Amino acid sequence: MSTPTSNTNPLLRAWYDKETRSIIVQIIAAALILAFFSFIINNAVVNLSNIGKDINFSFLWDDASYDINQHLIEYSSTSSHFRAMIVGLINTLLVAVAGIVLATILGFLLGVMRLSSNWLTQKIAYVYIEYMRNVPVLLHILLLHGLIITSLPRPKGSYNFGDTFFLNNRGFQMPSPEFQSLFWVVSGSVVGGLAFAWWFSRHAQKVQDTTGKAYPVALINIAAIVLLPLVVYFILGSPIEWDVPALKGFNFKGGMVIRPEFIALWLALSLYTAAFIGEIVRAGIVAIDHGQTEAAQALGISNSRVLNLVVIPQALRVIIPPLTSQYLNLAKNSSLALAIGYMDVVATIGGISLNQTGREMECMLIVMGIYLAISLIISSGMNWYNNRMQLVER
Amino acid sequence: MKLINKVLTGMALTAMTATAAQASTLEDVRAAGELKCIVTTGLAGFAAPDANGRWEGFDADFCRAVAAAVLGDGDKVKFVPSTGKTRFTMLSSGEGDILFRNTTETLSRDVDLKLSFLPVNFYDGQGFMVPAALGVTSAMELDGASVCIQTGTTTELNLADYFRANGMSYEPVPMETNEEAFTNYVAGRCDVYTTDASGLASTRAKTDDPTQHVVLPEIISKEPLGGAVRHGDDQWHDIGKWVVNALINAEEMGVTQANAMNLAANVGKNPGINRLVGSSGSMGAMLGLDAKWAARAVAQGGNYGEIYERNVGPNTPLEIARGLNNLWNNGGVLYAAPIR
Amino acid sequence: MTKETYAPGTHPSLPPPKNTVGVIYWLKENLFSSATNSIVTLVSIYLLYLALPSAINWLFIDATYVGTTRKDCAPGGACLAFIVERFNLFVYGFYPAELRWRVNLATLLLVVAGAAVLWDKIPARKQMLKFAMVYPFIGAWLLTGGFGLEPVSTHLFGGLMLTLIIGVTGIVFSLPLGILLALGRQSDLPIIKYFCVGFIEFIRGVPLITLLFVASTMLSYFLPPGTTFDLLMRVLIMVTLFASAYMAEVIRGGLQALPKGQLEAAESLGLNYGQAMRFIILPQALKISIPGIVNTFIGLYKDSTLVIVIGLLDPLGIGRASVADSAWLGLSTEVYLFVAVFFFISCFGMARYSLYLENKLNTGHKR
Repeated sequence: MSTPTSNTNPLLRAWYDKETRSIIVQIIAAALILAFFSFIINNAVVNLSNIGKDINFSFLWDDASYDINQHLIEYSSTSSHFRAMIVGLINTLLVAVAGIVLATILGFLLGVMRLSSNWLTQKIAYVYIEYMRNVPVLLHILLLHGLIITSLPRPKGSYNFGDTFFLNNRGFQMPSPEFQSLFWVVSGSVVGGLAFAWWFSRHAQKVQDTTGKAYPVALINIAAIVLLPLVVYFILGSPIEWDVPALKGFNFKGGMVIRPEFIALWLALSLYTAAFIGEIVRAGIVAIDHGQTEAAQALGISNSRVLNLVVIPQALRVIIPPLTSQYLNLAKNSSLALAIGYMDVVATIGGISLNQTGREMECMLIVMGIYLAISLIISSGMNWYNNRMQLVER
Repeated sequence: MKLINKVLTGMALTAMTATAAQASTLEDVRAAGELKCIVTTGLAGFAAPDANGRWEGFDADFCRAVAAAVLGDGDKVKFVPSTGKTRFTMLSSGEGDILFRNTTETLSRDVDLKLSFLPVNFYDGQGFMVPAALGVTSAMELDGASVCIQTGTTTELNLADYFRANGMSYEPVPMETNEEAFTNYVAGRCDVYTTDASGLASTRAKTDDPTQHVVLPEIISKEPLGGAVRHGDDQWHDIGKWVVNALINAEEMGVTQANAMNLAANVGKNPGINRLVGSSGSMGAMLGLDAKWAARAVAQGGNYGEIYERNVGPNTPLEIARGLNNLWNNGGVLYAAPIR
Repeated sequence: MTKETYAPGTHPSLPPPKNTVGVIYWLKENLFSSATNSIVTLVSIYLLYLALPSAINWLFIDATYVGTTRKDCAPGGACLAFIVERFNLFVYGFYPAELRWRVNLATLLLVVAGAAVLWDKIPARKQMLKFAMVYPFIGAWLLTGGFGLEPVSTHLFGGLMLTLIIGVTGIVFSLPLGILLALGRQSDLPIIKYFCVGFIEFIRGVPLITLLFVASTMLSYFLPPGTTFDLLMRVLIMVTLFASAYMAEVIRGGLQALPKGQLEAAESLGLNYGQAMRFIILPQALKISIPGIVNTFIGLYKDSTLVIVIGLLDPLGIGRASVADSAWLGLSTEVYLFVAVFFFISCFGMARYSLYLENKLNTGHKR
């Protein structure tokens, strides 16, 4: 504002005082915000009561009366809307987690490829990243889904992998395990292996810190986690029966199926996000001063360990914040599932349930609440990890 | 900065004082000068934009008839396309004034979704279509099939009930619109495509070789299709209801698109016709409309029979026989309440 | 063999040693520098050999460009006749054919206005910038009509034109809004700060399609009974709000990267808050944020495809509706590729421009 001209007016004087002004501004802002919210809430109440609706979540316990093709927990058309919502939520989480894992792996690979000294690899990664990044993800989803359902054969002409795995345009059929009574021992040995691995890593770290002696930690841990349960499994006489899919009538019966909708969504989300992660990883590695590598080499650290011990830990500090937002984007983009009919949380509670019950306010509140919660969980998890990785300034 | 604050505060204050006035849809429509009519995103024969973007079809004609009755001009309709999923929300929230979107009347929609249904204007039922090559002849043979459906419809619920009742399993493949469901069916993602029998006829007619697809004989549900308005505005509901009744009565009495305005111009011999077209009596005033409301509605797109024949009847690509949708005295079930 | 002698400094430059130039050297250095590298190269070449020829065949050699139904298309190739036949639909949507010159004119003016903003060597830039300032109104007038032009309802808008409208509007309005939100978030006034934080985090926490769904079907619940406004307008507002929340975070990053001394120095020179922001802080913060800002723009532009979820017909929507047409049933791949190419060109262009701008504005503060 302009310089004070007259200080006789007490109101003006109050305005030119920084503290008073900030209070005035805030009171006005608060009034505006309150007015805005009471305005829209009032309108919603009036509009809802005009047509005789209320806000009531009891519909969640009514029968959903529709079927969902992919349900990882027990579900049928006589289950409640609430259960339909949980089924949808699990489907959302499934595709988001699977997508994050694949996107991270591919993304790191792409980042390294971009920095490769091999001209061809570098260019392939570049072209791939630019294509993926500059085309909307919805298009990738639709394109992949279209490709899968039109170019893969129908069930009768499925690609057959040893009569146990089948690939066709209804998805990827594979055997499903049926656990028998003794299987808990195997599960127990997995837990035991994990516990051992956790203890051993800490122990090895301690030994290395004090004596400088390094164990082959990764190798031993993998053995503990994988080999131990395998041995137990065979000693107990394979306590898993496999339910192998077989073509009966229209479709394969038995086993498990990964549906084309899931495959298309999962691949599209991962391939798309991987391109962004690749660039983030590249920028992260480039950001590490070359002197770091040289210093490490001067200390006589072998080339492969330079990357592991010196470059990547530092690069991660640069990488993690933007990586977090990519993970968030992937989770939110999974809502595009509805374009190809994957039954995620938007399609169940925010779609069919909403439509069958007419509870749009409640359903949209639930959907938005769920996404906010997912976002919050991912970002707090990544913040925790980021804080652990942060340089401890002394 | 200060000025903006003042303006915003002013706006907020006026907003807060805005009271819960019961809005009258009729007044809103008159004030806007156009009728917002919710239709499908495109189902040939019922409502679909032609090459020039003009909406054509059975449902579209009912929208125009209502607009003609209320506003005096059947072209003062703003068509609001909706998917099966969005239609009720759009009607409830006021995105549209009236819904003509081959919508099945059910108890829960009427009561729980707070809709008020207009008289049924199309009797339909859900059927199945399969590729002829599969050699399926009955819906009872569909155990284990993948079924393409449009999501957000009664179709989805009937399907669940039907397969459950018959102890069969199936894989639902839900799609947002009918076209996508059908595209997926053609691509072989599903073995079966299901929707209302009229929709099956319409879709099958569009394929380049209709003989490649078979419509199975089973009709698994009753689908009385009709228009709907929001709960709580009785006057507006009455208007919609009596426009539909007037179109059916017009066919019964022989009032057609060609003669409706002439009949309205002078008092004729038949008192029933006079009441309908408004040359005598005060039916229009009772509804809050003028005397010639029904005459204009019929003159706009014809009576029920004419609308049917033009859009979905045997001489159209859809080739749906009148069947149940004939007048009660012609073997159908159309039995409109009299206008008196 | 004669031996030439040269006075000091007169010796002509010699060619580089034989083994450091030429194709062979380049191949050796870049493709076969080690055993692993050679294997990677060979695998890459094999993969390209698998993918490229069949793709080129499908897209160019066996493709059909002219025809009126799917049957006119050769089986093994792409059916581009479909795109050719419906090209106008893809570009203009349902915009009345006789009024399409208005769209063309608006696009042309957009290019002029865009050039003025993006390219600083353009002649008479001052006047051009003034034109760019009023362009949004001229553009809106040309497209929707009124004031002497025949009005065109926005529900006829579609195709690439719709993408451009959403993209350009979002870009133009989300930047200032994003700056305000970012400043609000950094503000010392708690109420304003927490409102901005709440807004930004809410918008960033939910998917755009849920917001679009609310805007398109449920907005009337939140307006006084009986009021309504244009669907396209709501989408524009929603997309702008959505992008501005992301923009705010990008700009906040730029603001935080500036040393606190900058603001203190500005204040010690007697600049008030507004002046300090305008002349000292924002120019530097925005410069740092350019890559992020352009990325947000690209994201916004790509997100415009989501409007098909609420029934607006952008190129993707037109494509999807057309694929269901009986004459062209099942051509999804061609349609999606066509739309992909369009998006690729525009987004790649934006990304390149951002690089150019970064280099131009790099005044050597970076190490």
